[in-house]
Amino acid sequence: MKIEVKDLNVYYGMDHVLKNVNMSIKKQTVTALIGPSGCGKSTFLRCFNRMNDLIDNTRIVGEISIDHLNVYSPSVNVNELRKSVGMVFQKPNPFPKSIFENVAYGLRVNGEKNKKVIEDKVEKSLQQAALWDEVKDKLKKSALALSGGQQQRLCIARALAVEPSILLMDEPASALDPISTVKIEELIYQLKEKYTILIVTHNMQQASRTSDKTAFFYMGELVEYEDTRTLFTNPRKEKTQNYITGRFG
Amino acid sequence: MNLKEKIIEKLLLFCSLVTILTTLGIILVLLVQTFKFFSEVSLISFLTDTEWTPLFQNKRYGILPLLSGTILTTLIAVVVAVPLGLIIAIYLSQYAHDSLRSIVKPGLEVLAAVPTVVYGFFALEFVTPLLQSVLGPGLSGFNALSPGIVMGVMILPLVSSLSEDALYSVPKNLREGAYALGSTRFQTAWKVIVPAAFSGISVSVILAISRAIGETMIVAIAAGQQPRLTFDPTVPIETMTTYIVQVSMGDIQHDSIEYRTIFAVGITLFAMTFVLNNLSFWLKKRYQEEYK
Amino acid sequence: MKGKRFRKRLKRFKNVRKYELQDKAFQYLGIFCTFFGIVVLGALLIDVLMAGLKRLDWDFLMSLPSRKASEAGIYTAWIGTLWIMILTAIIALPMGIGAGLYLEEYGKKNKLANFIEINIANLAGVPSIIYGLLGLELFARAMHLGDSILTGALTLALLILPIIIVSTREALKAVPYSIREASYGIGATKWQTIWHQVLPASMSGIITGAILAISRAIGETAPLVLIGSLSYISFAPTSPLDPFSVLPIQIFNWISRPQPEFAENAAAAIIILLGITFLMNGIAVYFRYKAQKKIKW
Repeated sequence: MKIEVKDLNVYYGMDHVLKNVNMSIKKQTVTALIGPSGCGKSTFLRCFNRMNDLIDNTRIVGEISIDHLNVYSPSVNVNELRKSVGMVFQKPNPFPKSIFENVAYGLRVNGEKNKKVIEDKVEKSLQQAALWDEVKDKLKKSALALSGGQQQRLCIARALAVEPSILLMDEPASALDPISTVKIEELIYQLKEKYTILIVTHNMQQASRTSDKTAFFYMGELVEYEDTRTLFTNPRKEKTQNYITGRFG
Repeated sequence: MNLKEKIIEKLLLFCSLVTILTTLGIILVLLVQTFKFFSEVSLISFLTDTEWTPLFQNKRYGILPLLSGTILTTLIAVVVAVPLGLIIAIYLSQYAHDSLRSIVKPGLEVLAAVPTVVYGFFALEFVTPLLQSVLGPGLSGFNALSPGIVMGVMILPLVSSLSEDALYSVPKNLREGAYALGSTRFQTAWKVIVPAAFSGISVSVILAISRAIGETMIVAIAAGQQPRLTFDPTVPIETMTTYIVQVSMGDIQHDSIEYRTIFAVGITLFAMTFVLNNLSFWLKKRYQEEYK
Repeated sequence: MKGKRFRKRLKRFKNVRKYELQDKAFQYLGIFCTFFGIVVLGALLIDVLMAGLKRLDWDFLMSLPSRKASEAGIYTAWIGTLWIMILTAIIALPMGIGAGLYLEEYGKKNKLANFIEINIANLAGVPSIIYGLLGLELFARAMHLGDSILTGALTLALLILPIIIVSTREALKAVPYSIREASYGIGATKWQTIWHQVLPASMSGIITGAILAISRAIGETAPLVLIGSLSYISFAPTSPLDPFSVLPIQIFNWISRPQPEFAENAAAAIIILLGITFLMNGIAVYFRYKAQKKIKW
């Protein structure tokens, strides 16, 4: 299953925030999106599950095709799309409910009523998110009582419960302490076996540790898109070189 | 799934449209009956005649006596509520400890929760006798002073909480600038903060006036039922609201001119509060924009 | 002496003493004014209790109104208040919460929603007696509902609708957007998000507003007088189409009588009315406290 981005342009009102982005992503890879603040990488990420639709005055021109189906085609139901393309946000946002109910929410919203099925899927998702052992005895406790890092892993489990094929992560570790960050990075590495992952990150070490390919954005343009090792050791463009050596951004 | 969502949205939209229907209903009801009223009574005499006697033999339809009754009681209420409310607002926001605020504010809220008929009882049975013992027999049993004062106490929480909001929204650096120059709290409050919060405080005064004008039970119980063009607070008078209540308690034929008088008075009342309320909204928008 | 020079400089500002006195004086004035309101409230409560407590007994609660003050009771009045409270709640709460949901979750940017908002702000400031005029012409006469409980409930429902809408919106606003975002991210629809996440999270705040609105409704007198609620009802209502009385009207009626025994009755009935009002406000405050505890996410 391939993801193709063709001539993608995004406008916020009069601002042209993403310019002519073209990209090809292979399945079961991790792609890191890096760049200075305001370069459009988060906007780009949110195009894949059409979360930008929620913001007024947004205009999208171009195509994002998953397995040759353009996600912006009128025949696509956006709610179904979001079940196949999951998202984890920068600041953990668990629902003010129990740990169990947080993960089960996606299933219930899909109409799943079978108790056994829900319990199994919740356990499976929490295991995939490397959280099961820590919470299996307190599934009924409030999710808000967990630590920041645990909450984020819970949000990952919640996203995984609806069995997406693509996972979008918007700076998932930036609000966490260093130890939780390491745990999240390990998790991404494990998830890669089953899911295609796009991750926006400010942290270049993180990008180089976890991803297969990296895309560097600057002021709305995709400057360079390359195998991670190559981009970080031998970038083709000068701008990329300046960014990764810390000359700006 | 999409159909269900659309139906729900339309249902919720309908709920909010009910409010528009309410406004239309009020305007329609008032206009229709007022029109019929003014087909029999001239607008000029309504606005200028100094006697209001629609229920007597010799019928006169001048709104001025009722208007003066309303204005008199409102004036007294505002003279009580605004200075007190403003001082309380300043004291709570500039002087008082948080612990005192947390006791006083709920206490003031209780004042606002008391049903107005209870306030009417208090005015008639407690305040009027009290005032009579102080001011002597010159104060009749029904008068404008007693309900005016009680109304003032009732709207006190409104003035103090709105003024407090206005004072609070003055930028902190203004206040700190004044303190840094060595001003006392009193000087800072009166020379710097109150002038800066002027629009917001005006909003609270206008809304207080509007509230007092529309008040019914306190005046119906304690102010009397004698329409009289006067500004003497010691004699019985009648307000616009009391008149409307008086007529509906009696046996009046529907579709008679007497019946229609309550709508003519009603629309006058509505017009006054409408103008005041919208003035306050406009002022509030202005002062909120000043601090963007 | 240390800092002699600086001390000398400070001594130049002689007026400081005067201003500090002024400041202190105002502080006392402030305390006085602040407690003035509380004192008046206290005087009111004591006055009412002294006047009415002795009249308050089981017979008083269960007797019908009567021309003889000593035999009159508030039975029909509090039954009527109960009927009005429930019927008004049934009519006003779903509509008010629904309207609040629409304005806060659906209609945020369009012009119609803006217009509705201004309209609601205006309705909130319309005197309650005007609602009485509306109820009289529309419900009592045009819809032929007469002086029934239904007329009263419909009129009061319209009166408190703006209050419910505003407080519902406040409660909904307090729910962080990130919760809705997370729900959409999983592919839930707008209504699923509202039903499963937003409403449960804002429920305490909505309940607070609802209770305060209903408490306001049962204290209203003028609109019900206008639509014809009578003070001399000799039977308890059995259907929404029956005529009725309520506590405030009974109180008003008794106050209007010259005999001092009726004033006692009025005071006793006021104690009951205040008791109900304060109880409801207390419950509302409890829910507000619960709602504010949640906001720590």
